[in-house]
Amino acid sequence: MHRYVIRRLLLAFPVLALSSLIVFGLMRVMPGDALIALMGESGNVGEKELAKLRKELGLDKPYHEQYLLWLWQMVSLNPGDSIFTNEPIPVSLKKAIPVTLELAALALIIGLVIAVPIGVLSATRQDKPADYVGRIVAVSGLSIPDFWLGTLVITFAAIWVQWIPPIGYVSFWESPSRNLQQFLLPAAVLGFRLSAATMRMTRSTVLEALREDYVRTAWAKGLAGRIVVYKHALKNALIPVVTIIGGQLGVLLAGTFVVEQIFALPGMGRLTVEAILYRDYPVVQTNVMLVAATLVTLNLLVDLTYAWLDPRIRYQ
Amino acid sequence: MATVPAQVVTFDDPAAASIGRLQSLWRTLRKKPLGAFSATLLGVIVLMAIFADVLAPYDPLETHPEIRLSAPSRAHPFGTDDIGRDVLSRIIHGARISLWVGLLAVGIGTAAGMLIGLVCGYWEGRLDLIMQRFMDAIQAIPALVLALAIVSVLKPSTTNAMLAIAIVIIPGNSRIVRGAVLSTKQNRYVEAAQAMGCRHLRIIASHILPNVTAPILVIASIWLGNAILIEATLSFLGVGTQPPTPSWGLMLSSTGRAFMEQAPWLAIFPGLAISLSVLGFNLFGDTLRDAWDPKLRRQG
Repeated sequence: MHRYVIRRLLLAFPVLALSSLIVFGLMRVMPGDALIALMGESGNVGEKELAKLRKELGLDKPYHEQYLLWLWQMVSLNPGDSIFTNEPIPVSLKKAIPVTLELAALALIIGLVIAVPIGVLSATRQDKPADYVGRIVAVSGLSIPDFWLGTLVITFAAIWVQWIPPIGYVSFWESPSRNLQQFLLPAAVLGFRLSAATMRMTRSTVLEALREDYVRTAWAKGLAGRIVVYKHALKNALIPVVTIIGGQLGVLLAGTFVVEQIFALPGMGRLTVEAILYRDYPVVQTNVMLVAATLVTLNLLVDLTYAWLDPRIRYQ
Repeated sequence: MATVPAQVVTFDDPAAASIGRLQSLWRTLRKKPLGAFSATLLGVIVLMAIFADVLAPYDPLETHPEIRLSAPSRAHPFGTDDIGRDVLSRIIHGARISLWVGLLAVGIGTAAGMLIGLVCGYWEGRLDLIMQRFMDAIQAIPALVLALAIVSVLKPSTTNAMLAIAIVIIPGNSRIVRGAVLSTKQNRYVEAAQAMGCRHLRIIASHILPNVTAPILVIASIWLGNAILIEATLSFLGVGTQPPTPSWGLMLSSTGRAFMEQAPWLAIFPGLAISLSVLGFNLFGDTLRDAWDPKLRRQG
């Protein structure tokens, strides 16, 4: 097991190095740069001043030097400042990460709360109306765009219940009720999307489990239906569900990029999208690498969770 | 979705493979109501895209400020937008953009992914190791961020959004093809062809390719829905299709959101169009999977 973990960690380095090259390359070949975007905001900036600014920011150096300098900054945990706002990137991240983490965690919980019971219901009522409804709900979750659902939810909440989420982010520790009011709708939108794949996987694995001998034995022993389904079938059907949840983490992070825009939540997604549009190289590079490293680590953790859930699985 | 007993279709003769697959798909469509529904839905969308000029009651770009923000009526069943353009006509023409982007993006992404997967799976070795790490690196970057960055590099437009989506699709497809090639390579007939001294290209074209097309077509059909969704999202963020071209995502982001309370039809109909077409491709992908490749069912 230790060997496996070490090998996976060693493989992660070249992957992250290549990701960093892709992100760095993309940002450098984008037409225009942060200074031109800044000029657009602040009016006239002279050529001399621009050249001076470029030098100060290290943008006049050859690309390979800029890349190596950035890598060093990343390794030494000092990714520098935003070109656009001048704010140190760790400070921006300290504000943005809790927002995205809270949104993602709530969405994951809501997604599971929707997915597992409907998936089980769909499996136990195979090819009955409840199953068809469950399956349509699942495929709808995959088909309805987050940005559309988000827009509808905000508008209809305002029209029908005369309620709009409080504006201006408030952390959970400042005011839990206000914070939850802000996060409930976006998390529900994201959770609904996440629930789709999990629901489909729960249905298919529970269906398989229900046909196993141990479930037949449980029925033959006269156990109650709920115990057979939840204690015997669902418990054993959970491993592929964990796989799909692991695979959904990328979808979850990408989803936060759009949902945060619509609900005006100052998280990582909004920070990154705005940084791309303003060509704020250091912010984009740092954020994307952080997300990439998180995804690689989470994938490893998901793989290790299989072994914990099913002791028969041994990694070499 | 495991009600129809299906078998993996494997053929050496490409013509027999096509007929066998079509028969298998037809059987599944007849047995599965959701499959038939998705095929009908997609048929309608494809016809809408092909005959948009004939079907659309008005020119999608023609403005009539005097009837701006009109509610749905007999003359304008989906209402009009903020400058008096007919929403139904724009949605019918929008189908063209969405399908065009979806088909080309998935076509390019699938072809490139297939080529990389075939080369990596057949020859393995160092090239495979390097290519797979490169694919891992692309996959480590969230698809939307990558697409957004690529479109920003190339300049926002429909064609560039399509290219960006194609690039996002490549790693997943290459991995699926690589896996299928690795497994097909173990078959005796491939070993026999190698022992007989067949050229690599012939082995790939005659023996391996026919057996990896089923999974790739299934995945491509599911990707079509995702491609439409990504294009709509890019247009929603302002970096996809540019005005005044009618695109569903753009219709939602521009007038749809701005006039949501005043004229909800501006957001409801484009959103429904996106959702129904993605739903159609997702359900059709499921049907293809049931018909051609039940092994893939477990992947969700």
